[in-house]
Amino acid sequence: MFIDFFFLLRRAGVPVSTTEFLALCQGLQAGLARESLHGFYVLARATLIKRAEHFDLYDQVFAAYFKDRPFQPEHTGSELHDELLTWLDQAADLPVPTAEELAKLERMNLDELRQAFEDRLAEQDERHDGGNRWIGTGGTSPFGHSGHNPAGIRVGGASQNRSAVQVATERRFRNLRTDLVLDTRQISLALRKLRDLAREGRADELDLDATIEATGKNAGDIELVFRPPRHNRLKLLLLMDVGGSMTPHTHLTSLLFSAANRAHHFQAFEAYYFHNCFYETLYTDMERRQGKPTAEVLAAVDDSWRCVVVGDAAMAPTELTAPGGAIDYYHFNEESGWTWLNRLAERVPRTAWINPDDPRWWGSYTTRQIGQLFEMFPLTLEGLDAAISKIR
Amino acid sequence: MSTSFEGTHSYIASPELRQVVDIASALQKPLLIRGEPGTGKTLLAYAVAEALGLNLLRWHVKSTTRAQDGLYHYDTVQRLNDSRFGEGDVSDIEHYIRLGALGQAFESEERAVVLIDEIDKADVEFPNDLLHELDQMRFTISETGREVVARHRPLIIITSNAEKELPDAFLRRCIFHYIDFPDPALMRSIVEVHHPGLDRQLLDACLKKFYWLREQPQLRKRPSTSELVDWIGAMLRAGLSPDVLDNEIPFLGVLLKKEADLTRFTRGR
Repeated sequence: MFIDFFFLLRRAGVPVSTTEFLALCQGLQAGLARESLHGFYVLARATLIKRAEHFDLYDQVFAAYFKDRPFQPEHTGSELHDELLTWLDQAADLPVPTAEELAKLERMNLDELRQAFEDRLAEQDERHDGGNRWIGTGGTSPFGHSGHNPAGIRVGGASQNRSAVQVATERRFRNLRTDLVLDTRQISLALRKLRDLAREGRADELDLDATIEATGKNAGDIELVFRPPRHNRLKLLLLMDVGGSMTPHTHLTSLLFSAANRAHHFQAFEAYYFHNCFYETLYTDMERRQGKPTAEVLAAVDDSWRCVVVGDAAMAPTELTAPGGAIDYYHFNEESGWTWLNRLAERVPRTAWINPDDPRWWGSYTTRQIGQLFEMFPLTLEGLDAAISKIR
Repeated sequence: MSTSFEGTHSYIASPELRQVVDIASALQKPLLIRGEPGTGKTLLAYAVAEALGLNLLRWHVKSTTRAQDGLYHYDTVQRLNDSRFGEGDVSDIEHYIRLGALGQAFESEERAVVLIDEIDKADVEFPNDLLHELDQMRFTISETGREVVARHRPLIIITSNAEKELPDAFLRRCIFHYIDFPDPALMRSIVEVHHPGLDRQLLDACLKKFYWLREQPQLRKRPSTSELVDWIGAMLRAGLSPDVLDNEIPFLGVLLKKEADLTRFTRGR
């Protein structure tokens, strides 16, 4: 019965399987949907969706399926302008239109309506209440809410009778999407995947299996066997771009730094700062006053290390390619940033570049150039996970 | 057994959560619960057991827990010890089989609720090792060859903090619910349960401050329901009036647990 709904979910990128669909059917048969659309909303979500990150997609698909509200996967999250939503929230009370007016409005079909809606959304630039053209509250324009139009597209706003579709339209789970914010705890959990375990040091952990084995061989006389505990041998070098275009990302970068710094499980951890690109000096403080020769830093690491660079990789081309191109004019670099980056790539092959900018903006010359040298990942939980599994 | 779950006098469940518990119970599938810390994930199992009048078996998962631990444990050391000192009936291995939470639930005469708490604490492979047992509700004790088959399929409630991504095969078999952070109306009834007869004005003022605090973007750890309940408790014991909240947040340490958060808000005052 809801086969289309199932396929719509799959097309939207929610990994639903046949097993789960059958569970939903079983639930429907058992009357668990409580004969209401909201009951169905809860039942279908509990049986089909297994990750809170997908709740938002589910809400959108649900709204699209049960009400002809457009769903365009390529614009998820931005199809309704937030500003538009806020002003629609405060509806003005207006008189009911006459039967004649209503008949005139009924003629539009959905495709025409949708096309007209998008055109109008592009034209409109201010708040609008009443009237018959602009998207707003009240009035007889086919777009908006609290108005009167039989074939209209409802745009946000609150309703007196909360239906399941409206609950879905609220998109309460928007901020659970994985492509959004990170906190320290999430970062530390991601970093915890950076492990290279080995048994080293003093044998002070009881090896139960070996003990049983030895005791058995010893005709039942208990013989205790000890082994050294496991340690993480992973060594991490963290290089962070600070200042300039990175200023908006300072909070995120510092979260990453504090998470890495507090992760006690690394055998070695070194962190340095630079601005835009690094040259012969790396800095140990964010103000970039205390420096250490890059050559020295690179000499101390080898291919057993992992390196994570955080930076937006956006700079003037000369900063990357030319000697003397450094952004600080009093600083003359003998060798180009590109040379230094190549040295790092050679020294630590397992290096990942994390770019806090939205991947849509990774088009600049230097970003593309650096992206060829190091694989680039966005600074999101998913991106961090991908980066870590790359260099693990 | 009563048919549907309505929450208990001390546990207020949202209508969605109540429906989800009924779904899991009717479809006889494990219920996986996620949500922010302090939203009552673990308490749900206690409340379900109490409301439905069922026995609760708890299994708290740790980083070293293996799937086997929930089924049974063969106490070899005890048997070895007994054989050395000639105590007990060493010839019968069955005496040294200790059933875990799941094993006990399977053998129980009545339907039971099993809580598998913080499943993501264990190894990544842990949930996969339980797939067969959760599906078939049976397992074999390899030492004795005896098969333990569930008399009644227990209602299994699994909590997770989303520390680790759970395997897809495991997720497919579960009913899932994310406990959303309570809205002010639901929060009001939750607080009422813990502090009955609380002054309305004080409650309003506390909730206002609490939700304001949660919305501060720089917070490392946002205060949760349990912290709100404790905080109001502290306010009551100190006999403070709602007006105090206009100028300051007393007992801020009850709400904010991270030092960085605390200093930020005490300094900013």
